[in-house]
Amino acid sequence: MSASAIIFYIIAAFILAAGIFAMTTRKIFRSAIWLLFSLIGIAALYFWLQVEFIAAVQIIVYVGGIVVLIIFSIFLTQQSGKEMPRQPIVRTIASALTVLCGFGLSFLQIWKYHFRPAGKEFSWTVTKIGSQMLSTTTGGYALPFEVVSMLLLAAMVGCIVIAMKAAPPKANLEIKQVEKINEGPTITVKEISEV
Amino acid sequence: MTSVPISHILFVSTALFFIGMYGLFTRRNMITMLMAIELILNSVNINFVVFNKYLYPDKLDGIFFIIFIITIAAAEAAVAIAIIINLYRSHRSIDVEKATEMKW
Repeated sequence: MSASAIIFYIIAAFILAAGIFAMTTRKIFRSAIWLLFSLIGIAALYFWLQVEFIAAVQIIVYVGGIVVLIIFSIFLTQQSGKEMPRQPIVRTIASALTVLCGFGLSFLQIWKYHFRPAGKEFSWTVTKIGSQMLSTTTGGYALPFEVVSMLLLAAMVGCIVIAMKAAPPKANLEIKQVEKINEGPTITVKEISEV
Repeated sequence: MTSVPISHILFVSTALFFIGMYGLFTRRNMITMLMAIELILNSVNINFVVFNKYLYPDKLDGIFFIIFIITIAAAEAAVAIAIIINLYRSHRSIDVEKATEMKW
């Protein structure tokens, strides 16, 4: 067994162990930290597969963005030291059985299907990715790129609208506006006098 | 690099997918369910990289799919957390069993 294979098995064990702990621990903050370790392990797997660009994107977006967002929302919504209520044992056993059966069936199919590697060297550069991402010819990804940018905009507006507090009553707003209008000229007068 | 068969890498992604499914089945807290969905999306990403690298090395489509999946996952997490915080503000709880007002 070569050193590369040993590194792969260590990374794989790390990812799976962190994932299992993230899904079974009953303290929500520990769960988030285990998820963080699992995502870092997946970034390490991308480094091992020699797609460093995706590994960097994984670390920036998942580890730096989504996990931080999740930790913030944990702080906003509950006491992080408190344990979550225990689930009924029937539900735990039933879902474990379902998951094991599903895993067995899926992995049996993967095991029986003999993948034949193409044998060629996988070569990518950031230049290649960028030019194909923005090309409008066959095989270009310009349209999905634009669609995703619209989706991000819609998600951003949606987040603001959902999380916005209810607007204050209208009467107050009008009074404030009137006050601002009244303030306007006085300020300009002061400025002129200072000049 | 060829010392590890493809099916061993696919074992990791399949196992990660079903760990996420287990979390989705057993957890009733919305934030932990969101974490389970993140794990599932990541397992799919591993599959895309492996298939692109070993089976179609002269193309880059798997890489593009991963980039789009990561973008959509980030948008999805942001919207989900906005909904969770809004629900917490009105119900003082983010347990899916207690959020029954929209049920019927």
